[in-house]
Amino acid sequence: MSSKLPLNAVVSGKVDTVASTETRSAAQDFHIPDGLRNGVTLVVALLVFWQILYWIVGEVALRSPLETLGFTAHLVTTGQFWVHLTETAQAFGLALLLAVVIGLAIGFTLGLNGAIAEVLEPMLVAVYSIPKITLYPILLLAFGLGMSAKVAFGTIHGVIPIALFTINAVRNVKRVYVKTGHVMRLNPADMIARIVLPAAMPEIFAGIRIGFSLTLIGTLLGEMFASQRGLGFLLMNAIGLHNIDLIMALTFLLVVIAGVSSSLLLYLNQRLYGRA
Amino acid sequence: MKSATFWRIGIVVGFVGLLEVLCFVGVIPHLTMQPPHRIVIDLVKMLASGALNAAIAKTLGNAAIAFVIAVVTGVASAIVIHQFERVRDTLDLVFATYYAIPVFAFYPLLIILFGLGDAPQIFIGTMLGVVAVIVNTLNGLDRVPRVFLKTAKMGHMSAVETAWRITLPCAAPYILTGAKLAVAYSLIGIIGAEFIMSTGGMGYEISFAYNNFDNAIMYPLILLILIVSITINALLARWEKKLMNRRGLR
Repeated sequence: MSSKLPLNAVVSGKVDTVASTETRSAAQDFHIPDGLRNGVTLVVALLVFWQILYWIVGEVALRSPLETLGFTAHLVTTGQFWVHLTETAQAFGLALLLAVVIGLAIGFTLGLNGAIAEVLEPMLVAVYSIPKITLYPILLLAFGLGMSAKVAFGTIHGVIPIALFTINAVRNVKRVYVKTGHVMRLNPADMIARIVLPAAMPEIFAGIRIGFSLTLIGTLLGEMFASQRGLGFLLMNAIGLHNIDLIMALTFLLVVIAGVSSSLLLYLNQRLYGRA
Repeated sequence: MKSATFWRIGIVVGFVGLLEVLCFVGVIPHLTMQPPHRIVIDLVKMLASGALNAAIAKTLGNAAIAFVIAVVTGVASAIVIHQFERVRDTLDLVFATYYAIPVFAFYPLLIILFGLGDAPQIFIGTMLGVVAVIVNTLNGLDRVPRVFLKTAKMGHMSAVETAWRITLPCAAPYILTGAKLAVAYSLIGIIGAEFIMSTGGMGYEISFAYNNFDNAIMYPLILLILIVSITINALLARWEKKLMNRRGLR
């Protein structure tokens, strides 16, 4: 433990400013080799838990890790699966792009402009707290079935956390930096590109990391409710047909995809904090 | 009234007015959405007639149960996890990636495990909320001043008494932040689960109404959920702010 103390001290001071859901330690203790060791412990613990649960529950509801792995390997070789995966990847990519662009635009506008932020920020927080799933019928009526509704659903999940993190990040940029920019007579575009963005990058990235997760969940939920393609649709279909092999394999795949990409983003995020 | 509040109300009123006009002119067709004043009238009628009271009570009741379980187990497990550094280090990985995992993917398994009653829905709501509570409680426990704990030791307090009298009150503002998130998450969990598969509740009624183009039920229900979640959230935020201010944390 003692080996990582200095780093802890450095990182924790910065992460504290981020936000309530991300603790000091959530972002902090994940680094090689401790991170790797913890990761391995975790994976082994989860596999053991899964196997024991399987022994208790049995074939009716679960498959063992080995069986699931086997079925997943088989699933991945089918062409049909790749069609659905591509569809989901496209929808998610588009939704994430929109969420990041719109989120940053809102974040910079409100972060640089206190008066507007005072009016709009509480509204953003309020919208963040509503169960967006209830808005789904409205989105479907507005966008129709298919790609655009999925993308819209993913985007509305991801955009607000990105905006809220960016507002905070921009606000926390040292006044001296901004003043220097004014002295140098930078225009607003240069100001953002050369001063605010680099200074606020770690926190903004933390927002994007959370937005990434939520956008993924939003896109998948969109596919589950009203879509004829994509992993979410495949999962919903498997639920309807009570196809446990497929449910297990898809759940496993989604957890792996989400877990790995999220860990990777977390790692990058820490490197950013370390540098700043 | 503060000018920010004034502007905020102005924006909401303007937005509703815009919707009203768009519906009136016909830019938004009646089948897609009814004008806001109709939605409000329908909501009042719906509540007065009591036709959907059972569904509303079911959803809000389940959400409340999920919320309470999430807060109680979350705070309790955070206190335990806080004692064991090694466990905590390992679990930090889980906490950091937890919300990237689509919990709803587990719903079919839960239905098979618990049956098609309220249990799997409550479980989903709890699962979504509990990690936010744990993470924020741990965050709060980290900030309990050492002096207080030493004082407790000098006063020969038992572990339970220390937790009850010192640790928890100190961490309260942070726990409240977690609780605020848990409210939203348990509602999302319950309603989402009802959407996917269930036989009752507001989520079920909304998707049923949607499938039958029954806007007179769908929109009022959506409005009701929005009002409930925003109100609860605002109340908790106010309480949180008060606690934070009293501690001089903000």
